[in-house]
Amino acid sequence: MSEHNNHNVPDLAALQRKEKGAFARLVDAHSDKIYRLALKMLGDQQDAEDVLQETFIKAFNHIDGFEGRSKLSTWLYRIAVNEALMLLRKRKGKLTSIEAGVELDDGEVMPRQIVDWCCLPERELMKDQTRQAINRAIQTLSDANRAAFLLRDVEGLSTQEAAEVLEISESALKVRLMRARLALREELSQYFSEMMPDKVL
Amino acid sequence: MKHSHNAHCHNTLEQLNAYIDGELDPALCSLLEEHMENCEDCYIVYNTLQKTIELCRSDGEKISLPQDARQRLYAALKLEDDLTSEE
Repeated sequence: MSEHNNHNVPDLAALQRKEKGAFARLVDAHSDKIYRLALKMLGDQQDAEDVLQETFIKAFNHIDGFEGRSKLSTWLYRIAVNEALMLLRKRKGKLTSIEAGVELDDGEVMPRQIVDWCCLPERELMKDQTRQAINRAIQTLSDANRAAFLLRDVEGLSTQEAAEVLEISESALKVRLMRARLALREELSQYFSEMMPDKVL
Repeated sequence: MKHSHNAHCHNTLEQLNAYIDGELDPALCSLLEEHMENCEDCYIVYNTLQKTIELCRSDGEKISLPQDARQRLYAALKLEDDLTSEE
């Protein structure tokens, strides 16, 4: 079913007429996911809130230019990712391209941690401390690889949609995704290996 | 048999990702599955890779916009009336 036929999403014509009710429905339908993406991109609640607000302000101001070639959600994700990347660049105090260092900055992708921690009890895998470890691990990724991972694996976009959001080819998306997944697996394997009853390192 | 990763295992990494996404050619799926039956390390990488994704996704599902932040958002967008009517 097309996104525009979904009852939770306002129709484009109403949005382009700047109808407040339609815009409120758009915000209501997408604010949780945009906030989650921003929070995971930035690792900071206040920054995530700023990106969320800025995303919808820009969406409202530029809805006239939205031609409907992609889903509204894809368009919103694109605005949010760009806002988050801009904030990250400001933090770093220099202008870095999203393309920069993609091949190198997540290091060697060859698996080093060969520990099967999947057998750990669910309560270990789901506790707060583990959630913090997951979030720390996500923050260690390069900005470009983190964005690819979050869109594809956390937000559940298809390869094509995630590539569209980041305005890169599907094959480039797959490379970023693979590097991100392997880097996260290394981090979590290291974390969980400490909990294994008999460590196999 | 436990062994160190070799060049062949390195080549399976890309396939492993496509396999997880259900995007690997069926013929290659069989080859990969056969390889994992004989290579414990690759099987562990596959297993933990899949679990890593699952944990990150399920952690993400627990996140929603806090109510106070939602109110600030609606105020910034001048949509307070619509927030009230939604509740």
